[in-house]
Amino acid sequence: MLAAATLALLVTVALALARAALGPTVFDRLQACSTVGTCAMLVLALLGFLGGRPEFLDIALVYGLLNVIGVIAVLKFFLHGDTNKAGAKSTSEDTPS
Amino acid sequence: MTIFIDILSALFLAGGAFFCLVGGIGLVRMPDFYTRMHGASVTETLGAGFMLIGLILQAGLTLVAVKLAMIGLLILFASPTATHALAKAALRSGLKPQLGKQPSDDEVTPSKP
Amino acid sequence: MVRSLTTLIGLFLFWLLLSGMFVPFLLAAGLGSAIAVVMFTRRLDIIAAEATPTYLNWFKFVAYCPWLIKEIMVAAWDVTKRILHPKMPISPTMVEFSPSQTTDTGLVIHANSITLTPGTISVEVERGRFLVHALSREGGASLAGSEMDSRCTSLERH
Repeated sequence: MLAAATLALLVTVALALARAALGPTVFDRLQACSTVGTCAMLVLALLGFLGGRPEFLDIALVYGLLNVIGVIAVLKFFLHGDTNKAGAKSTSEDTPS
Repeated sequence: MTIFIDILSALFLAGGAFFCLVGGIGLVRMPDFYTRMHGASVTETLGAGFMLIGLILQAGLTLVAVKLAMIGLLILFASPTATHALAKAALRSGLKPQLGKQPSDDEVTPSKP
Repeated sequence: MVRSLTTLIGLFLFWLLLSGMFVPFLLAAGLGSAIAVVMFTRRLDIIAAEATPTYLNWFKFVAYCPWLIKEIMVAAWDVTKRILHPKMPISPTMVEFSPSQTTDTGLVIHANSITLTPGTISVEVERGRFLVHALSREGGASLAGSEMDSRCTSLERH
């Protein structure tokens, strides 16, 4: 059952990758990335059980944290062109140095 | 007793796999961005939740189970935040949601610039 | 100071849970990193008031969690049926309504619960104004003045 669940997760990752390739807007691609991240977390946990090495769970935990922070950071970059700006949407189109 | 727990765990894992697949299918099939998020949220709540419950049943009362529960809590707290940030950013950037066919009064257009 | 102390204890317990090894060196390393993180957060002035969560009705919160899980299951099954249906009977709507919570914690719990339930996503969250995207018209219509709203309000403690 563990192997079957891993296989189903890999199929889900493939579907999400298809959406990331097709997605018309950047938000579709980001949503697909977030889904891939969640699936990767679960695959890591399942792999730990498959190989009898529960240390993989720590990696899954760190991956989950990075996933959320990564999505929000990329989102900020695409909204403001800068990861360092908080608050209102920037009006200028120029890229910061 | 162990065989009972094994069967229960296999059932939960199968359920989790099913809901993950449904979320993936939703992500591909849905017509626009906002509706695709609903598909992805099935993966993130029920898919991940069932799979983690199945693994916790296999782990028993150990530190591994606590870590799995921590992963579950992380998903439950963090994924809505990321989803909300994505939806808000999409609306702010001017992506209009595709609304239902039949017109009605409760539809609103966002008043924020 | 109390907040720093609770943060320190929480971080150290977190370290113990993650490491699971009780060797003197690792215990000392855990305590050292917990103290370092508390000092960083003090310097950045971001020690949150949530570190001492006294303004949440914890008994009601414990009762709220199973109810929310049941709601998530029902909603997820509904969304699953809609996704797998050959014709996809969806009617996306945007619903605006005013939640009855007054504290930030209550609003955040309500908005998170809405987003966590498949089929509804909170798009804009402000005091007194939620903008929610719902997958179906029925799901959107049942949001204003819902049971979730009243339950979240009862979680608050002033």
